[in-house]
Amino acid sequence: MLNRKNKTLTIISIIILILLMFPLLLVILTSFNNQDSISLPIKGFTLSWYANIFQQPDFISGFESSLLVAIIASLLALIIGIPAVYALTRFNIIHKSWFQSFFLSPTLIPEIVIGFALYQTAVISFRLPVMPSLIIGHFLLCLPYVIRLVTASMLLMDKNIEEAAWVCGCSPQKGFFLIVLPNIKASIVAAFMMCFINSFNNIPISLFMNGPSITMLPPAILNYLQNNYDPTVSAISVVLMIFTALIMFLTEKIVGLNKLTDRSN
Amino acid sequence: MKTRSGFWLLFPAFISVLIFAFFPLIQIAIPTFQTPKGFLDLYTKFLENTYNLHVIGRTFKIALITTLIVLILGIPISLWIARQKSKIKSILTILILFPMLTNAVVRNFAWIIILGRNGILNKFLMSLHLINSPLNILYTDTAIIIGSVYLFLPIMIISLVGSVSELNIEAEEAAAVLGANPWINLIKIVIPQLVSGILTGCILVFAGAMTAYTTPQILGGNKNLVMSTLIYQQAMTLGNWKNASVIAIILILISTSSMILMRKASHTLDRRSDSNA
Repeated sequence: MLNRKNKTLTIISIIILILLMFPLLLVILTSFNNQDSISLPIKGFTLSWYANIFQQPDFISGFESSLLVAIIASLLALIIGIPAVYALTRFNIIHKSWFQSFFLSPTLIPEIVIGFALYQTAVISFRLPVMPSLIIGHFLLCLPYVIRLVTASMLLMDKNIEEAAWVCGCSPQKGFFLIVLPNIKASIVAAFMMCFINSFNNIPISLFMNGPSITMLPPAILNYLQNNYDPTVSAISVVLMIFTALIMFLTEKIVGLNKLTDRSN
Repeated sequence: MKTRSGFWLLFPAFISVLIFAFFPLIQIAIPTFQTPKGFLDLYTKFLENTYNLHVIGRTFKIALITTLIVLILGIPISLWIARQKSKIKSILTILILFPMLTNAVVRNFAWIIILGRNGILNKFLMSLHLINSPLNILYTDTAIIIGSVYLFLPIMIISLVGSVSELNIEAEEAAAVLGANPWINLIKIVIPQLVSGILTGCILVFAGAMTAYTTPQILGGNKNLVMSTLIYQQAMTLGNWKNASVIAIILILISTSSMILMRKASHTLDRRSDSNA
């Protein structure tokens, strides 16, 4: 049988798992090497590349602005996305599926094109400052995650609970905040986490707007990598991996990691 | 009353996608059609250039090969993961999710360490005396494909594990009782039931690989441009914004039309498997 006891399947799967982990382990190893360029095997142990991260102003300010943009864009996507999902799942709206696809349509536009078009329109034509333009771009990245994950849990929630609250004299607004939101809390947390990590890691959308006024972290690392080949890149990579692990740990503790991959169908 | 308040709840999302996603697209599209020599002049000129056609061809080739490799690697490991006991399954899911949620720069950078001229792959092969001089893999299409496979494999696995978990194992047990060996079972019983999940995963990977920027930028170097890196080069290095817009529009057209085609295929194939069931 093709199950966990099938030997061929087990061997293939373990090889693939090793191939998935091995490159990241290499990055971790090279970050401790005391050589000036990235190389293996390790000749001596040092933590100086981690110290060198703090000598790079682009990494520090990049981390701050990436964090800020990711948080604001994710929250915006939740504030704008949740009411839309609520309307789509609870009201008789004509062209319901059309609206659903329309809200998911930003995923059809290549990220690099979103960044390019926003840069040209918002920053060049409308002279909007870079920060709000970046937030708009990352908001477009986040909205589909909110729509998908929250719709999945709205469809699972029993409509009768909310209606019972109305019958007992609760206003629809109050019912939404006291009954609906607590019931879909897990999917909201999961959506926020997905939005946050994808926005924080994104390059193509930030690329065109990344410049002297605001530096984002991933483009800053890309830039550093193209001009230098020293283990500082490995060190900042390890920091980013710890960051990812932390977010996964938090998600697991609050709602469970399986919520991240819920599907709406 | 109900439909009215529903409209106001939808309105912010509707207007923000319209203004922030579609309006800028129209803004960059309009000037590409306004040329003295006719409506599609810039597009025909772009497509007449053999270099540009090479770039489009390379983009297609990379996306296609990546999708095939990801699929071939993804099916066995998804079967294996989906059929583990729930505790081990959740540990394995963490191992798949971790690279998926790690920054793409980090994941591609790892392959520079492996594939570079003095990278560990070359050192390893030379120490075994399999090669005499280092292979040039980094900054080739092969490097982009390897990087893309690494980038998109977790997405395929996560998507397939979901579909495999919904399978009824009794169909396979029945086939096994009737004498099917595991590999006939895989091809005749398992894969046909997974068609819709496979196509969903393929659409995600193909569109992602086609439009990815980071991987071709880091692993492809300056010579092996794909459409997304060509957009950036035209706009930022050459300052040719109109040409960049032309490529952007062509990229959207190609990637959405291939997605629509694959989705159509998924519907037809899915119906066939339903009528067989």
